[in-house]
Amino acid sequence: MLEQYLLSGITTGAIYALVALGFAIIYNASHVINFAQGEFVMIGGMATAAFFEAGIPLPAAVVLSIATATLVGVLLEKLAVEPAREASVVTLIIITIGASILLRGLATLVWDKKIHRVPAFSGEAPIAIGSATLLPQVLWVLGVSAVAVALLAWFFRRTLTGKAIIAVSHNRLAARLMGISVRRVLAVSFGLSAALGALAGVLIAPIAFTSWDVGVMLGLKGFAAAILGGLGSSTGAVVGGLALGLIEALGAGYISSAYKDVFAFVIIIAALVFLPNGLLGRRAAERV
Amino acid sequence: MASSAGARPSGSSKPLLALAIVIAALPLALPNNYTYEVAILVGLNAIVCVGLNLLIGYAGQISLGHAGFFGLGAYGSAILAARYGWPAWVSLPVTLAAVALLAWAIGRPILRLKGHALAMATLGFGIIVSIVLATEDRLTGGPDGMAVPPLASFISGEKIWYWLVGAVLVGAVWLARNLIDSPRGRALRALHGSEVAAGALGIDAAAHKLSAFVISALFAAAAGALSAHYAGFITPAKASFLHSIELVTMVVFGGMASTFGAVVGAAVLTTLPQLLTVFKEYEMVLLGAVLMLTMIFMPRGLVPTLERALAATRAKRR
Repeated sequence: MLEQYLLSGITTGAIYALVALGFAIIYNASHVINFAQGEFVMIGGMATAAFFEAGIPLPAAVVLSIATATLVGVLLEKLAVEPAREASVVTLIIITIGASILLRGLATLVWDKKIHRVPAFSGEAPIAIGSATLLPQVLWVLGVSAVAVALLAWFFRRTLTGKAIIAVSHNRLAARLMGISVRRVLAVSFGLSAALGALAGVLIAPIAFTSWDVGVMLGLKGFAAAILGGLGSSTGAVVGGLALGLIEALGAGYISSAYKDVFAFVIIIAALVFLPNGLLGRRAAERV
Repeated sequence: MASSAGARPSGSSKPLLALAIVIAALPLALPNNYTYEVAILVGLNAIVCVGLNLLIGYAGQISLGHAGFFGLGAYGSAILAARYGWPAWVSLPVTLAAVALLAWAIGRPILRLKGHALAMATLGFGIIVSIVLATEDRLTGGPDGMAVPPLASFISGEKIWYWLVGAVLVGAVWLARNLIDSPRGRALRALHGSEVAAGALGIDAAAHKLSAFVISALFAAAAGALSAHYAGFITPAKASFLHSIELVTMVVFGGMASTFGAVVGAAVLTTLPQLLTVFKEYEMVLLGAVLMLTMIFMPRGLVPTLERALAATRAKRR
């Protein structure tokens, strides 16, 4: 049984990690916690389902839906976050919460309130590994997430745009003085994290179905994973996501499935109280 | 934000009187039971928001889990009354005392956290409460909710409840304003400005944050218990994350660090969805858009922005 639990924990953990990375990227670039992050996950799944139902082949539907979410992410930054740059943290949180309500509302208008299914990328026949079985889609989830994380690491280390984002996260003023366009960096980070969220939504949709309201819980879990790993750290987001997925799967398997989310949150609260900077977060001194 | 919290002159009892007059006169404009119902809902939400505003607006600490306290107040009183046969006038105060104790026990460790970590911890608390309430179905009736006995046999009907909730609201506002004008309130505002500076002046930051947290939890639990006995029914949705968000939104929308802002925020955001049911399908889109636009263009919230505009026009006239 243990193998089965570990496997399912790593699968959901990979999804949480992608969502958490989205939180981390936006937080680094703008110090905003984007509570609409879960809606990108929803758009990824729902748009793919809608494009596919309209007769577009699955791979094209996936690409189109990620592009749609990216566009929504950039628009969110340009239309809602940038005009409120000077606002307080709580105000910015409420703005992104407003955006998430708006996006959920739009989803019920553009699509509907039904549950949709996206076909698995490569069949449904389960594969046996030792005592555990896994769906081919699980391999897609793990493989694509790993590739996405690797690409992201390369992007931040090797490309000029990636380095610009890191520069802005360290010191916005200094970055601007070095000739970095902060506005462009912000737009790119929102687009990038929207794309990551949508990717997570597309990957999980064949396993867990999708509907207009799936984003709420996935978004919260992603936020929890980002905080658990240490807000703003990319490695932390991945570690936090996997840890959260494993805690849930083991708790559900060995103790009680109704209370799996309770274990997850109890452990997160305990971790916060005892490790206030997260598992991998930098120890930060408060600026007075 | 800090300056607006610190510079507000207060102490006048005029606004409190105005609120009492509005509550007393409102029934003249309420044509039927449905409008009374909405007014009672506004009053209950306003009680929560006045408390939450002490925590968010004055002490500067966010909570994304206050619906948890609302739910605990509601279910605590309901379970004691319905399952154990306690009279409501005993179950309600016992529940409030228990919630205050719980808030104190939870607040002590988590209020050491700051900003987003505190948001996460309070959010986690709220979710834990709502899951427990939905799962322990032998006590709580599960996701479908449970029936709740009335507060007392003579307290029934919209009109009586209107006056009861109105009186509790006036009491809550009076308490909150007294607290804000006391040395404790000034300490809270100092905390909001800068915790380090407040500490240097000898203010015990942890104790003051904790007391604001416990008081706000108490207000939320009281409103929750009243709403359960009023409606005669309660579901775990009242303890959900979305309800927590609604409550914070009312406070921020009305205006942080403004007690009457909290009341106005509760009034506007409770009645708005009722009005928007005309546009059923568009309700969520409109609500989301209204939230975003107000926060973008009035980041201080409705009441402080209007106050400022009023003061500016007065200054011009002089």
